Amino acid sequence: MTAPVFSAVLVRDLRLAARRRVDALLPLAFFAVAVSLFPLGVGPEPNTLRQIAPGVLWVCALLAAMLSVTQLFATDQADGSLEQMMLAAGSGTAAALPVAIAKAVAHWLLTGLPLVLIAPLFGVMFDLSGRSIGALCASLALGTPILSLLGSLGAALTLGVRNGGVLLILLIVPLCIPALIFGSGAVSAVESGTSARGHFSLLGALFIATALLAPLATAAALRIATE
Amino acid sequence: MTDSSTVVAAAGLACRRGERLLFSGLDLKVLPGQVVWVRGANGQGKTSLLRLLAGLARPEAGRIEHLAGRERVYVGHANALKDDLSVAESLMFLSRLHGFDTSAAAHEQALRRFGLHSRRDAPVRTLSQGQRRRVALARLCTAPSTALWLLDEPFDALDAQGVDVLNAVLAEHAARGGSVLLTSHLPLTLSSPVPITLQLNGPPRA
Repeated sequence: MTAPVFSAVLVRDLRLAARRRVDALLPLAFFAVAVSLFPLGVGPEPNTLRQIAPGVLWVCALLAAMLSVTQLFATDQADGSLEQMMLAAGSGTAAALPVAIAKAVAHWLLTGLPLVLIAPLFGVMFDLSGRSIGALCASLALGTPILSLLGSLGAALTLGVRNGGVLLILLIVPLCIPALIFGSGAVSAVESGTSARGHFSLLGALFIATALLAPLATAAALRIATE
Repeated sequence: MTDSSTVVAAAGLACRRGERLLFSGLDLKVLPGQVVWVRGANGQGKTSLLRLLAGLARPEAGRIEHLAGRERVYVGHANALKDDLSVAESLMFLSRLHGFDTSAAAHEQALRRFGLHSRRDAPVRTLSQGQRRRVALARLCTAPSTALWLLDEPFDALDAQGVDVLNAVLAEHAARGGSVLLTSHLPLTLSSPVPITLQLNGPPRA
């Protein structure tokens, strides 16, 4: 019963994104524009840019993820699709997990993964070394799933709330701060020539904890929203 | 309370929306082959009753027993369609989601039945309200044959021909031993089986 729910929702979300390519590319465009503003604002001093690069790239990735997640469940709730998904999943909070996980996975595939893939380009723009760019990709690969999971929790919690988008950012951005610290910290550590292992371990631990807890909370929030 | 063939039975059901008690002490029993027409003025809880029976909401009091192994198909006010998907894709998504029959033959037949086959590749965005309703109802034809259908205003936006099609589909479903609970603000034109009326009159005044 659960496999069709997970795959049906995931495949449908990817197909919908393929139909609306411009919408799907918006978070990526936002990331590119926001990141590009910093060299213009801060000035072209290579040392400064290299120093701020990890933080800038990570903050922009976080904001791109948060901006794109606000509508994750809203349209499905408005047109009745969410109700059908919850019915198909069965009763109880745990039963709704496939819906919560499928939506988060779809969001990551559509925003997190592309961010990981284009990040090296911006690493070069900030004159990061090859090893730092590798660390940047690795930290984003571990960190963006955390953002998608927490973001979908926020989207579920703010369902049906007016100005839900702003509330979501206020609720969820604080929860993303550890990922931001250890993610950009890993890149900075590599850039300054020290070991990034501690940062990666903590980022990995954060990912595991979020993956275990966030979908449950999302599923519970979706139950409440569709009741 | 229930014998083995009762598809769904409810006892002492009460439903609350916010501060208001919509109904209480509602008893209900649906047998195979029955079509139950839930009636009542606006705001008496017709939709809420269907949502309770579908399992989307929990009752304030009372209990609901479903016959084990019977699927439930809930078609709400909202059609659960995506503007960017085609008619065939929308139907396929809903069938896959619920684990219904996903064979091409069943889908073609369902779309033909509701007169949508020529528009199967059209995006839902280009459909009229009545056509959208037909797509939403088409999944009744891919559901397991003995499922309990919970239909909220299924005749909404349908034209005369659409009403005839739905009546025929309902009659066939009942003849197979399936059961239907539906709401409709218009008088039902279904002749066989004769619908059983369930009147919602709001909570008893103390």
